[in-house]
Amino acid sequence: MPRRERIRIAGGQGFWGDLLSAPVDQVRRGPIDYLILDYLAEVTMSILQKQRARDPAQGYARDFVPLMGEILPDCVEHDIRVIANAGGVNIEGCRDQVLGEARSAGLAGRVKVGVVTGDDILDRLPALIAAGHEMRNMDTGRPLAEVLDRVQSANAYFGAPPVVEALDRGARIVITGRCTDPALTYAPMIHEFGWARDDWDRLAAGAVAGHLNECGAQTTGGNSLVEWERIPDLEIVGFPIIDARADGTFVVTRHESSGGRVTRAVVTEQLVYELGDPARYVTPDVVADFRTIRLEDNGPDRVRVSGVRGGPPPDRLKLSISYHDGYKAVGTLVYGWPDPVRKAQEADRIVRARLERLGLRYERIRTEFVGWNSTHGPLAGPPPADLPEVQLRVAVSSHDRNAVERFTREIAPLVLTGPPTVTGYAGGRPRVQEIVAYWPALIDRREIESGLRVEVAAA
Amino acid sequence: MSLVSLFALAHARSGDKGDTVNIGVIVRQAQLYPFLAAVLTAERVKAHFGEVVGAVERFELPNLHALNFLLHEALDGGGTVSLMTDAQGKTFSTALLRMRVDLPAELQPFIAGDHG
Repeated sequence: MPRRERIRIAGGQGFWGDLLSAPVDQVRRGPIDYLILDYLAEVTMSILQKQRARDPAQGYARDFVPLMGEILPDCVEHDIRVIANAGGVNIEGCRDQVLGEARSAGLAGRVKVGVVTGDDILDRLPALIAAGHEMRNMDTGRPLAEVLDRVQSANAYFGAPPVVEALDRGARIVITGRCTDPALTYAPMIHEFGWARDDWDRLAAGAVAGHLNECGAQTTGGNSLVEWERIPDLEIVGFPIIDARADGTFVVTRHESSGGRVTRAVVTEQLVYELGDPARYVTPDVVADFRTIRLEDNGPDRVRVSGVRGGPPPDRLKLSISYHDGYKAVGTLVYGWPDPVRKAQEADRIVRARLERLGLRYERIRTEFVGWNSTHGPLAGPPPADLPEVQLRVAVSSHDRNAVERFTREIAPLVLTGPPTVTGYAGGRPRVQEIVAYWPALIDRREIESGLRVEVAAA
Repeated sequence: MSLVSLFALAHARSGDKGDTVNIGVIVRQAQLYPFLAAVLTAERVKAHFGEVVGAVERFELPNLHALNFLLHEALDGGGTVSLMTDAQGKTFSTALLRMRVDLPAELQPFIAGDHG
């Protein structure tokens, strides 16, 4: 039996670093039942592992804690529950901070916080490899053992069941690690509507809703190409709200008092965003077929989604593994009129020749001219006549840190030793950045799911 | 027939998965979908981008009046490995829409006026 027939699930962050006011607006500008917050991109986990290595109290999305301090009283008053993959690689540490915020807000005894742990398999990798799990790179086919000594983080994308359990046990806030993004949205549907584990079509509808809810304002008019000049009030853009029904249909919308636009065209742009084979949109709980999605207008800034079909998920879960893969740096200078591109091209030739004379070797050197060809490359055609200015952008990579370090000292000298009318060097030397590469792989889901744990604690 | 840019017929969004770019192309009017599906083949997209990308795959979404393309080996390794300004492939959408196609006269009424 469904607990409710209809719930409103609001998206509050599309990535860690997204608009800070968005989740606050979602809670205060109109009625919602759930707020979901996606903080984790592919490289975020390695950053969090490094932060925890420096300070064992860190390793989670820090913005989440003050946000909870700000909106928890609203969430309690309006019975809003929050689901966030903010826990990173220190889920309990994040939970303890949130419990502290709840007590400071005078909500002791009134807030239960659930956590899901067990997705972090960094320490288990040697044992898993020894047991025969090769975790081959899905792009290159190489076994993980080849880079094991350089691995910085390893997490499994898991699905909704442990989040649903935390909700079933009364958690007002659920904090996870690498829960798959769409599951943050369809977990409350399973909890509220009582969908069965093999109700593939409804779960697939939930996965589609999750896809539309996980990238913030990209569903409501942000980064939208279609008539972008006429999308209203982006300064107060409303993030998406999924108005979901127990039958698996839902409406995508935004708060009435917010800005942005929800139309079939805008929603379609987000449906195809980062899409692979549309027949197989894979989550840990269901495979959705995007070719079955039906969109209809449902009033101003309301698009109804129905008809979604799905099937059972694969036997293996995806892993998010990151590893050290050398260093890079990017140097830029701006050349002014006349003939800015010719000057920048000559400067590029000079800096490459100097690096060559120093005997330095780079795996890659890449030159772009911002203002002419840095986005469309050869498709940009020849530089327009009488271009007023261009930015020279030279990037190098190497496993030899010293080579990259020396490159960062070869940019500024061009100002006095190369072509004229050059500026834009005031920011100082380029920074040497570590390259943290991504290793996509699969693993038998039983290895992961048997290790997931749910805990619910009260403030 | 008249030569128009794909931008007059369609809008698009692109994104990344590792070293692969995906471009979803959506016609502005449903009546244009059969034409788009006929002319915008994987081979044509590969020829448009040339050596900048590797193999190109195409998928059809007639329900959304959209085509989805996967452009492999397009992002200099992708993610933090890439040295490109557009390491996430966000501007590949309009790079594709630069393509010019021969539009039959009967479809002229369905295109955006100022994008010829």
